[in-house]
Amino acid sequence: MNPQNNTHSELAEKFNRDVERVNWHDKTLWFVREKRDKAAHQIAEWEQLREAASQIKNNVLSNLHDYLIEFEKNAVRHGVHIHWASTAQKHNEIVHSIIKKHGANHIVKSKSMLTEECGLNEYLHQQGVNVVDTDLGERIVQLANEPPSHIVLPCIHWKKEEIGELFHQHLGTPKGNADPQFLTAAARVHLREHFLTSRVALTGVNFAVAETGEIIVCTNEGNADLGVQLADVHIACMGIEKIIPKRKHLSVFLRLLARSATGQPITTYSSHFQKPREGQEMHIVLVDNGRSERLASDDFRNALKCIRCGACFNTCPVYRRSGGHSYHTAVAGPIGSILAPGFDMAKNADLPFASTLCGSCTNVCPVKIDIHDQLYKWRQVLVQNGHTTASKKTGMNVMSQMLSHPTVYRFSGAVGRWVMRTLPLMINNKFNPWYKQREMPKASTQSFRSWYLNQRKHEQ
Amino acid sequence: MASVKKNQPSMVEFPTLNFAGDTSIDLKAQFIKTLTGIGGSVIEVNEIKEVGDYIKSTFPKPARIVNTLTDLNFEHAYPAGRFEILNQKSDPHDFSNVTVAIMQGEFGVAENGAIWLTEVNMGDQALPYICEHLVLIINKHSIVPTLHEAYEKIGASAYNLGTFLAGPSKTADIEQSLVLGAHGSKSLLVFLINY
Repeated sequence: MNPQNNTHSELAEKFNRDVERVNWHDKTLWFVREKRDKAAHQIAEWEQLREAASQIKNNVLSNLHDYLIEFEKNAVRHGVHIHWASTAQKHNEIVHSIIKKHGANHIVKSKSMLTEECGLNEYLHQQGVNVVDTDLGERIVQLANEPPSHIVLPCIHWKKEEIGELFHQHLGTPKGNADPQFLTAAARVHLREHFLTSRVALTGVNFAVAETGEIIVCTNEGNADLGVQLADVHIACMGIEKIIPKRKHLSVFLRLLARSATGQPITTYSSHFQKPREGQEMHIVLVDNGRSERLASDDFRNALKCIRCGACFNTCPVYRRSGGHSYHTAVAGPIGSILAPGFDMAKNADLPFASTLCGSCTNVCPVKIDIHDQLYKWRQVLVQNGHTTASKKTGMNVMSQMLSHPTVYRFSGAVGRWVMRTLPLMINNKFNPWYKQREMPKASTQSFRSWYLNQRKHEQ
Repeated sequence: MASVKKNQPSMVEFPTLNFAGDTSIDLKAQFIKTLTGIGGSVIEVNEIKEVGDYIKSTFPKPARIVNTLTDLNFEHAYPAGRFEILNQKSDPHDFSNVTVAIMQGEFGVAENGAIWLTEVNMGDQALPYICEHLVLIINKHSIVPTLHEAYEKIGASAYNLGTFLAGPSKTADIEQSLVLGAHGSKSLLVFLINY
């Protein structure tokens, strides 16, 4: 994507043209946030759980090398094949080589944000392998030829009438039927056929336990399990940061994950895969793709603690009113905005600015990532590296000159107030982004300084 | 890997977990309330024999019932070939026409309504996911307060596949409307046995 023409603010502006849809999107996500609050408040020790999760993840990052070795040793002992991929490209090649070895040209895949990050679907498509996403939301966006707009709720931006029309075109459901129950049943029949005929199933990984060599995959639909149990080959793809030290630590993370994500007490299925089923081949692909480099950064390392619950999306006023696709990256929202510049600073320089820095993301994060602090720090890094637009740079330079010269500051304040009162169009015009979808209050006749001096005089 | 080793910060220990659920509350009541809240049904019975009667009345004309419990046989209640006790291996695809699957759960978790199962309980690992309706049987004394006690119970045990199963398969991907029966079982019926 070309950042010159498709920055977050430009894409968000397009999303905001349909006021009714934006309000609906905003409200739907806030409803999920409220469910999260309700679930969290039922657990008296919620804050202690967040602290424990955060500390376990700190330990993981500080000892990642040894945990990875331990995990590999235990998984291999259970007959699992382990692969290491330093880049997204290598990951895609490894996955393809396994599929090719088994002569398959058709696979089922459950949700994996890592494979979105690596662009696996497009890569496999180019190699002649058909990937069927089996999570209902992911299947919907796949049929529409779109990426997911939310890591937990992939088609949260779609209305049921639009899904009805999409299914009418692709699955042959009756035109005009937009009943969620009916459409879900149609998708069940459509995808059941794929489950029964795919010899290779790919899944993501929520947690990988160093102590036992097992991986945990959480779904509500059961699509990961159905895919794996009916396939000859199970390929699981994970970022290296998904490791946790001990099996018992799962209690902390599984208590936090679904409650933070959707307000459920736990996902319907939390499957622990330790050994392949009889006759099955199991592969785990561990991917670095920039993670080890990020590990060195005191400022940005913590983003690797993320368990992909999506709570920061649902609470973010900017995400709720700009939609996931405005972030033009696999993982959107606040967490996506601190991850993406690490992958490509130039391409994602706009994202850390897509925030009001209100800090709500940090407050709901189950592993206590300092998301809004990192957004702020990324802004500084981006400016230092010259990744800011010319208008922002000019504005900042003028501002900095003015703020360092008190006389100039006072004079420009007076001029500014006069202009805003008498010639508002000079400021409220299409060249000033602050006035998009916004009205400004009336300008005062006096500055704060003169008001303050006046008050002091009266007091004495 | 060399890069991980070079870049990881200095070692910080993981915390000692001091979490314990409240055992003074009625665990069975909390389990039933939570599981019902996420779409499951719970029936309390005094002996396993009663399970057969309930299943007969709930599923009067199933295409195929597969039972993994050898001490529960109500074959006589159905026409020949509709009820089987699973005792031999077969291709998991062969279970695609199963209406009802019955299996034992290891234990329940009060805080989230989840039931722990491993491949030993499942008969075939595909069965709990591929069947249309799932029936799980657990002992009411097996219910633990939270996941902390659950993992204590699981300990270092070895399994191929272990799962916390909580309710029927579901999705809310279409406009946040909850629909039961996404890809896995459309319903979950749990029998709590009062041994």
